[in-house]
Amino acid sequence: MPMLKQMYTNLGVARAIIIGFLLTLVVLAAVYDLDLAELASSSLVRTGMNGVLVLAMLPGIVSGIGPNFGLPLGVICGLLGSLLSIEFDLTGFPALVVSMLASIPLAVATGAIYGWLLNRVKGSEMMIATYVGFSVVSLMNLGWTLLPFRSPEMKWPIGRGLRVTISLAERYEKVLDKLWAFEIGGLRVPTGLLLAFAVACLAIWLFLRSKTGLAMKAVGDSKQFALASGLNVDKNRMLGTILSTVLGAIGIVVFHQSYGFIQIYEAPMWMGFTAVAAILIGGATVRKANITHVILGCFLFQSLLVISLPVANRIINVGGVAEVARIIVSNGIILYALTQVGGAD
Amino acid sequence: MSTKLPIQMPPGRRPLDLNSLKSFLLDNMVTAMFVVICLVGWSLSGLSAPFVVNDLISRLARNSLLVLALLIPVMAGMGLNFAITLGAMSAQFAVITVTHFKVGGIPGFLLAVVLSTPIAIFIGILVGKLLNKTRGQEMITSMITGFFASGVYMLILLVLVGTLIPLKNPDLLLGSGVGIKNTVDLIAISGSMDNIYKISVPIAGLVAGLALLLLNTWRFLRPHAPSAKNRLLVYAGGGLLLAAVSAITLFSGSLMNNVKIPVITFGIIALGCLFIDFISRTKLGQDFKTVGQDQHVARVSGINVDKTRILAITISTVMAAWGQLMLLQNMGNLSTYDSHTAVGTFAIAALLIGGASVTKATVGQALVGLVLFHTLFMVSPFAGKNLLGDAQLGEFFRSFVAYGIIAVSLVMHAWKRSRDIKKKLQE
Repeated sequence: MPMLKQMYTNLGVARAIIIGFLLTLVVLAAVYDLDLAELASSSLVRTGMNGVLVLAMLPGIVSGIGPNFGLPLGVICGLLGSLLSIEFDLTGFPALVVSMLASIPLAVATGAIYGWLLNRVKGSEMMIATYVGFSVVSLMNLGWTLLPFRSPEMKWPIGRGLRVTISLAERYEKVLDKLWAFEIGGLRVPTGLLLAFAVACLAIWLFLRSKTGLAMKAVGDSKQFALASGLNVDKNRMLGTILSTVLGAIGIVVFHQSYGFIQIYEAPMWMGFTAVAAILIGGATVRKANITHVILGCFLFQSLLVISLPVANRIINVGGVAEVARIIVSNGIILYALTQVGGAD
Repeated sequence: MSTKLPIQMPPGRRPLDLNSLKSFLLDNMVTAMFVVICLVGWSLSGLSAPFVVNDLISRLARNSLLVLALLIPVMAGMGLNFAITLGAMSAQFAVITVTHFKVGGIPGFLLAVVLSTPIAIFIGILVGKLLNKTRGQEMITSMITGFFASGVYMLILLVLVGTLIPLKNPDLLLGSGVGIKNTVDLIAISGSMDNIYKISVPIAGLVAGLALLLLNTWRFLRPHAPSAKNRLLVYAGGGLLLAAVSAITLFSGSLMNNVKIPVITFGIIALGCLFIDFISRTKLGQDFKTVGQDQHVARVSGINVDKTRILAITISTVMAAWGQLMLLQNMGNLSTYDSHTAVGTFAIAALLIGGASVTKATVGQALVGLVLFHTLFMVSPFAGKNLLGDAQLGEFFRSFVAYGIIAVSLVMHAWKRSRDIKKKLQE
């Protein structure tokens, strides 16, 4: 019993509720005789799809800027990279790689400017990140309409601007998902996708153990300590922001190759919230996080979303129940994390 | 042509002579910039004055109370209260109930007020307690609280109504018998406040202009007149001008005579302004300001800081609920799952365009901001269409302005605060 109690304290109320909710959903799914292998396959795909986007939260939290609600900035860089690859008429793996490579310099530049801004608003990063994200998404609405892309696949046949969703079917749809994919007992494993996520995690894990990474962590842990040991706080925070933005850009390319469509305009608006909620569900706080939180959080949150839809449909014939669950769970966990920060007065 | 009421002028501003005009413009750069954008937008849109004024009146009738609801939390140092969406949701529960029981007209509206108030008070206390737990992060907390509450609201109206809550009303429910329809027609209370008494714009202008002229002349001639005598003359002159222009319009047969002002609605808005003004002069208002300045100082001087903050949020939530009721009776229908979502962002953007900041906001700024924001909102699609051949671009532009102005204000506030902290550390 003391062990259980300890576990409960470690988890915290909100997390315990969410995990309890997920377990209930799994039991219900079994009771309603839903195809568990199918659900598990979907959960795996969704985890891999969103993984890098959630991973983007890690450098932000570790370097002290907190969960990066400004993820849409990175996402938009990734979108521009993807659109370039289509404009150059690339297909398959080259298209995927070029999408990522093209978006990285953009993301580095954006992250640097954004990091400079965040260094000037210490203590209010979360709110400002959110609204900078919203502003840039709405500014890019003008961008998507006015940018001189020419590929007919992307443009509206009549009128001005790019389509809201752009199909990747002829481009790089599911190239990672299908790579070395196999099936055991009805469970499909998207090996390539999960490998890509694993490689990204490993890279960040290694980076955080390098000298630069350790310095960044020290800055995030304690500004006083970092200053005393002669570390440049602002520079390390900026590094964290740039990394987060770059991961956001790569993350959205991975996401869209699995999804099969590129979504522009309003789509990036809420992506920051989903990623923040996921890492928090995994056990991170707004001050502390590690790779386990990323992987666990992403898997738990996405499984919850995958399973809640069919279960809700069995229990009650109303549309939107799963959406309601998503809104309550994701914002609930963010609120809980905010109350844990403690008064900063 | 907005009617200028004396309360619009925040107390204690320097007299408006030419010498201080430059510093006045510098202090109000944001507002001045938006005045220019609005004028350019209007001229590009090619819309006629009666059309713009008519639409503007209706938008002001809808949104004013919601913006006023933001002022008290700012006074109490809690920043911009994004959680006014929760007040809006309380109002929507009330409106659905009133529609279900088919109570129409003014009684229906008043019943909605009576029903929404306790819900708003209860929610306000909860939000206040939450914000006391997240000191220093009030704005992000209030924003996420809004999203969270939106989920709970959907859970109740979409899933629980018709299952746990035994409501059977085919007019309200979706075909399946569970959940409220996406759009609820509010025929019963539609226009219940707006339509009580209306007068045309020139007459309203004439009355307001004459009132302004007489009031300020009287104040000017008073033996114990305040020091800023010149300012009173400027107001009086403005009143005379307004009255003259209105009189000319009245007899010119201009289309402006067809544009009506809902008197009761604007009377309620004026009461809201006076209420905020009144509060700021009471002991409670002083407490709000002290808490807003420095919580430690407030605590030492015997103010119950936590309770004061909860009270500020509760007043704000209740005002937001009433504001949303005004909005809904003006609109005449309820987008059950949408009407509340944008309320916070729009109200905050309007307030900030009026020149307010995270720490200082006045009734005057709220009113100026409302006029500017809604003018911009109305003309931008038309301006976009005429300038670039695409109304959509104008719509994108206005939502960028709404989000952008909030981002810029937040950045300016946080930047200044972190510079102040640095300065304090260096001393």
